Amino acid sequence: MGARLKLFVPLILFLVLAGLLYLGLGRDPKELPSALIDRPLPPLRLAALDQGRVMDAAELRGQAWLLNVWGTWCVACRDEHPYLLELARQGVTLVGLDYKDDPGRARDWLQRLGNPYRSVLIDADGRFGLELGVYGAPETYLIDAEGIVRYRHVGVLDAAVWRERIEPLYRRWAQP
Amino acid sequence: MIPEYGHFALILAACVSLALGVVPLLGAARRRPLWIAAARPLAGGQLAFAGVAFACLAAAFLGDDFSVAYVAANSNRLLPWFYKLSAVWGAHEGSLLRWVLVLSGWTAAVAVAGRGLPALLLARVLAVMGLVAFGFHLFLLLTSNPFARLLPLPPDDGGDLNPLLQDFGLIVHPPLLYMGYVGLAVPFAFAIAALLAGRLDAAWVRWMRPWTNAAWAFLTLGIALGSWWAYYELGWGGWWFWDPVENASLMPWLLATALAHSLAVTEKRGLLRGWTLLLAIFAFALSLLGTFLVRSGVLTSVHAFAADPTRGVFVLGFLGVVIGGSLLLYGLRVPTLPAPAGFGWRSREAALLANNALLVVITGVVLLGTLYPLIADVLGWGKISVGPPYFDSFFVPLTLGLALLLGLGALLQWKDTALLRLRGALGLGAVVALLAGILLPRLWGEWRWGAGLALAAACWILALSGWDLWRKSAGAGGFWQGVRRLRAGYWGMTVAHLGVALAIAGAGVTGSYSLERDLRMAPGDRLDLAGWEFRFEGVREVAGPNYRSQKGVVTVTRAGQPAMRLQPEKRRYLGGQVMTEAAIDAGLWRDLYVALGEPLDGEAWSVRVHVKPGVRWIWLGGAWIALGAALAAADRRYRTRATVAASAAISAGG
Repeated sequence: MGARLKLFVPLILFLVLAGLLYLGLGRDPKELPSALIDRPLPPLRLAALDQGRVMDAAELRGQAWLLNVWGTWCVACRDEHPYLLELARQGVTLVGLDYKDDPGRARDWLQRLGNPYRSVLIDADGRFGLELGVYGAPETYLIDAEGIVRYRHVGVLDAAVWRERIEPLYRRWAQP
Repeated sequence: MIPEYGHFALILAACVSLALGVVPLLGAARRRPLWIAAARPLAGGQLAFAGVAFACLAAAFLGDDFSVAYVAANSNRLLPWFYKLSAVWGAHEGSLLRWVLVLSGWTAAVAVAGRGLPALLLARVLAVMGLVAFGFHLFLLLTSNPFARLLPLPPDDGGDLNPLLQDFGLIVHPPLLYMGYVGLAVPFAFAIAALLAGRLDAAWVRWMRPWTNAAWAFLTLGIALGSWWAYYELGWGGWWFWDPVENASLMPWLLATALAHSLAVTEKRGLLRGWTLLLAIFAFALSLLGTFLVRSGVLTSVHAFAADPTRGVFVLGFLGVVIGGSLLLYGLRVPTLPAPAGFGWRSREAALLANNALLVVITGVVLLGTLYPLIADVLGWGKISVGPPYFDSFFVPLTLGLALLLGLGALLQWKDTALLRLRGALGLGAVVALLAGILLPRLWGEWRWGAGLALAAACWILALSGWDLWRKSAGAGGFWQGVRRLRAGYWGMTVAHLGVALAIAGAGVTGSYSLERDLRMAPGDRLDLAGWEFRFEGVREVAGPNYRSQKGVVTVTRAGQPAMRLQPEKRRYLGGQVMTEAAIDAGLWRDLYVALGEPLDGEAWSVRVHVKPGVRWIWLGGAWIALGAALAAADRRYRTRATVAASAAISAGG
């Protein structure tokens, strides 16, 4: 009988897998820590909007900064935009990643709503987003003074998220 | 009216497939010759109705019938006719319809080519395929009707076909991939028929082999084309991204590879029967899973599933019935007799078993990596994404191990091999591999590990295959006489193995020696890369049929001599999407690849330039593997001889 029972192992494996898939159906994939946490940011070689150059992350060494993934097509990005302006006023360095978007529209958006970013990098084909593991906009990454990714937030960045989750880390990693 | 005819044909096709799934099986159980004989005509009827449904959808596309919701969403008046045609399978509903059509095609092919098979076996095989087709027909009709109308107010013009799909590669790639995916239903059906009959003799294995090889050839071509398409169309210069959709096609391919090899053991030596059956079931299971991952986005975005829960639940239920049922049948019916004969560890059986084990481990690694985000989430380990580093760190060493075994396995004899026979070959292989690994990378510059290992592995396979070819063709009449005597099956194996060597060499060389620059270029700017000088001449606006394009010109010179003009494009389609069309000068030894990034100030653009040596070898290798599989499938000894005696015996007593 033992030999016969062993033949059901594939069935059991399959049922476990099917069960996982079933449970996965109803999941909400919101909070998603990055595989890049505590690893260096992948090399940035993206065109910067309206700066006529290709930007390099080495320029930002020596300070902590936020990489904010956004797009004009993203409704939630509009929600978080005023708070990003507020953060910029407080002196937080923000770099925008204009993700799967049209630079012309991005330019309009920033002219109308204000520009919180020190630079806006253009990732129209989403290639850098793929390297970063972007799940969807908006997302915000905290990069430390050494260029290491320290935190990832999926979803709108608001005052509560900043105070409770990001600011303590931002303070901790601000110095090299 | 045409879409309604299509819808009606689809309903009829579903009814016929249900009859095909039920009548012959009942007939086989009750020994009713008439019911058994119904299988072949029903298979033909299913193909006819599915064909009519597909033709109706194609007619709706070509005639710009935007009252059909699916056409309105995926086509456009300005689209060239060939893209209108390929748009038929450009999204979920149409690609499922294509699935059904291809499955009907394979079923009919088995019905025609299987005339010589025992009637009972053929009836069961066709019935199993009919049941699978019925499931898909239901899925189409209940959740994804491609003929649904937008009435009473149809739009004047359609949206547009996803511009990513407006490309030659996308006309060819999905059909080939589907031929492969769906073709795996044939070995699956043979396996289930064998389990139902409870007869696992050598005969069914011999019938299964050419079908497996044919499906495997299509799958290989489909994957190679997909990789090539991603390379030139995504504008990133990469050829494999470990994207869930790519993994979904790789996993059934890996298992089909294992199946093609374990079938050899089962046919020749009668061993590993249960294992072969299991591989046939799992290869099809993963191809089902793959089809759905691609189309309903179970993993790529879990959102898509949540957005349409009926589809997700149906898919899972269908997988559960088909695969769960098959595995249950396997557990109940597979005989647990002890193996009829053993084999030594230096035998071909042992090498093929090790090859199977490695392939299954690789499949497991890819499956785990693909599903890991989902598993981790369900088990509460947090949300984690798995990237290329995970896949590379497992896949590369396992593939090298596979290459080592591959060279060796082809040399070994069944049962056991004398050490004496091997010594010369292994010595030769080791020396060639070592020299190749040390010397060949110098052709491209500084010695690198990746290229060294890959070239050593490739030359190991090359040397041992050459040695084996030499030995097999030795004998009376000299080498050329001997070569002509070799069977198509042997040639198939050798060609496919050389294809693997070529692909490994290409992956190693391009991985180690590709150069890439992203930079700002104003008209007149130059870049020197690997001895080529790229001069950016500027960008001008050009109009296409359904897009406007920014077309750049880059002149390339080598050692002061003008070599070529590359014209990368940035296209904006009517729907607003922007596509990068890289300009590529393809060569057997290297590709030059230029893609436009974004406009910067004034006339300047960000430009991406690659020099990629050896990248073509990867796809050429894929084509060789497919050619080898096709040769093996065409081996004369698999053509079903009119085994009149056998079929008479079966239909008389079963």
